[in-house]
Amino acid sequence: MILAKTGNEALAFAMKQINPDVVAAYPITPSTEIVQIFSSYVADGLVDTEFVAVESEHSAMSACIAAAASGARAMTATSSQGLALMHEMLFIASGLRLPIVLCVVNRSLSSPLNIHCDHTDSLASRDSGWIQIFCEDAQEAYDSLICAVKIAESIFLPVMVTIDGFIISHCLQKIDVLSDEEVRSFVGEYKPNYNLLDVDNPITLGPACLPDSFFEHKRAQAEGMYQALAVIEKVFKEYEKRFARQLSILEEYQTADAEVGILCMGSTAGTAKVAVDNLRKKGHKVGLFKLRIFRPIAVKYLQRALKNIKILGILERMEGLSAFGGPLFNEVRSVLYDETKRPIVISYVYGLGGREITPEEIEEVFLELISLKNKRRKKIEKFRYINVR
Amino acid sequence: MKSIKELLKEPELFSSGHRACAGCGEVLAVRQVLLASKKPVACAMPTGCLEIVSTIFPHTAWQVPMFHSAFENAAATISGMEAAYRVLKRKGKIDKKIYFIAFGGDGGTYDIGFQALSGAIERRHSFLYICTDNEAYMNTGIQRSSATPQFAHTTTSPKGEKLPGKLQPRKDIMEIVIAHEVPYAAQTTVAFFSDLVKKVEKAQSYEGPTFINILVPCPLGWGHPPSLTIEVSRLAVETNFWPLYEYENGVYRLTYKPSEVKPITEWLKLQSRFAHLFEEKNKHLLEEFQRYVDEKFQKLLKKCEANGK
Amino acid sequence: MADKENKKECAIVSWQELQCGALVKDLKRIKENKTGAWRSMRPVFYKEKCINCYRCWMFCPDSAIKIENDKVVGIDYDYCKGCGICAQECPKKVQAIVMVKEEK
Repeated sequence: MILAKTGNEALAFAMKQINPDVVAAYPITPSTEIVQIFSSYVADGLVDTEFVAVESEHSAMSACIAAAASGARAMTATSSQGLALMHEMLFIASGLRLPIVLCVVNRSLSSPLNIHCDHTDSLASRDSGWIQIFCEDAQEAYDSLICAVKIAESIFLPVMVTIDGFIISHCLQKIDVLSDEEVRSFVGEYKPNYNLLDVDNPITLGPACLPDSFFEHKRAQAEGMYQALAVIEKVFKEYEKRFARQLSILEEYQTADAEVGILCMGSTAGTAKVAVDNLRKKGHKVGLFKLRIFRPIAVKYLQRALKNIKILGILERMEGLSAFGGPLFNEVRSVLYDETKRPIVISYVYGLGGREITPEEIEEVFLELISLKNKRRKKIEKFRYINVR
Repeated sequence: MKSIKELLKEPELFSSGHRACAGCGEVLAVRQVLLASKKPVACAMPTGCLEIVSTIFPHTAWQVPMFHSAFENAAATISGMEAAYRVLKRKGKIDKKIYFIAFGGDGGTYDIGFQALSGAIERRHSFLYICTDNEAYMNTGIQRSSATPQFAHTTTSPKGEKLPGKLQPRKDIMEIVIAHEVPYAAQTTVAFFSDLVKKVEKAQSYEGPTFINILVPCPLGWGHPPSLTIEVSRLAVETNFWPLYEYENGVYRLTYKPSEVKPITEWLKLQSRFAHLFEEKNKHLLEEFQRYVDEKFQKLLKKCEANGK
Repeated sequence: MADKENKKECAIVSWQELQCGALVKDLKRIKENKTGAWRSMRPVFYKEKCINCYRCWMFCPDSAIKIENDKVVGIDYDYCKGCGICAQECPKKVQAIVMVKEEK
């Protein structure tokens, strides 16, 4: 069924169909609407969810963790400062191997304060042990969220599904939704690994581990992330089979004969596709790579896809502040490090704090990359910025 | 209330073998609460002495479900557990009545856990919050908390040449919790076992949220021999420093009146954290301490006598 | 070898054997930790003097006072840390528990 929904509405609608047991949430721009819309579903009796209007995002994640550990399917939504406030709890959710699903509406991190889109909030949480999915539009967000529940509950790692703040969250788009029954049958029943409320078989959760056992716990957790990509592939395949909709891990647009490429995440991919089309009309062999799964980093996909690319511009919506580029730049380079044929990789930081990016600007990036294609890589300036005064 | 003979037969739900210091008041309070509590229970606790002494992997002293996740969120954690319980019961997936108890030290309750406590109480989750108050952050080595009494020596409010220990009086957590209009809140301590048992039972007779503040001496942090833990707990009450009272549906009630109120020095002199107050130059601080105890008690007494009118 | 011995001492043998998530299911294993070894003083119980007021039992932080058929029967020396609360709280007129130096 086709509906007109903004990104936030699409996520809230998917949540309604998933009908989680517990949602503990706190409002923050631009994710507030997800929480508001879901609250009205609760008030109208359209879901069976226990909604906990917590007093901070830290408590939101704490309560979701406790609920998931108590046999309840738990979901929540946040952005930016809220995600940052939850930060310690993100590590804990992953360490406890709880399949919590979180909607993140990507927004910059203070200071200075900015309520608009960039990827700093999500990428700053990349080490917390969460699976991270970046969506281009509301349709992807809707489909990804439904899959996220199944992914989380298969590998027992929490999953965050992210959309670009304001750009996607507040933009009305056409989405094709499944029926309630289809969603429910796809996500199925939550079968927890352990249950605090099984009082006949009590457990202690979250013990203190000394140096003699902590390392083993982390190694076991790492194994989850090593196996996660295979689980994601399986769930996406099943979703495609049942509902005839494809969800990619690394989407390739016009890359078959491309020598010059741009890689990016989120809504910018849509803009970049327009730039690709425009340049293709002029005969340039350019292509776009849209990375959807950032955690776990999609190693084989990147290595395979970038094999024949001579020069790659990474559009990064975060200032890594590392003095050597952001996370996307560094991880893609790292993934390609051992390949015999590697593209020249250049970082283009763009769009911080919601600064718009246009097809023309991306076309300029492509033309710049084309001009640099045959230069000596060591001499090329690697760290560039798009449209900063 | 359960008779002592009945309590003797209750299972020990906090097992021996835990790593608390000899004479620790906090684990004693936990043991007493679990003996008194209705069953089955599901519990939460923040990071602190209790967590560390009871759950070093692969050991656990807890014979009941227990969840620790972080320092500041015992109340948020119990909220999540209780919310899950409510929805799963509604869906027919759970049929038992489960009693929720959150155990928090003064750090995790008065300070870093304060926000979560207020939020959980305001949302009216059904749980009993037990604060085991040893008046400082003990697990990290005796640092001051907002529950530390004025003039107490701690490592972050040390007595020195210039300063006489903590400068501010204690926060009145009971009044703050009562301001949330809970059905039941009470103050007790480990030396008064039947008072503690009665209060746990009373608290659990309400849906909640309910709150009990238990004074628990810490031999190491307060500076007294471990054998005197109960004596120190008793004297806190007999000197009116820690009156045993309850707040029930708007009515304040003292549950114990010392037959003869002892001067505060009787309590202070047992603890080396107050030893510096007995120096000649600090005589006025002892007097101030006594005045503080008397004034606070009088305020409480007025509330008890007013009986909610 | 040293490595194998190390593994025996360790809490767990390998990460593959860990349950999913940081949890403890074996609630009895704590009994391996015999805190009785901490003692420098030990309580001695004189059953004939005991009036079964249960104060020692009420106030023991380590649940080390043994009760049988509603009577105090002794001390669990496996876990008693020798804090002395029981001896202190036993009524002065009764003195059924006395602290003595721990012999090794």
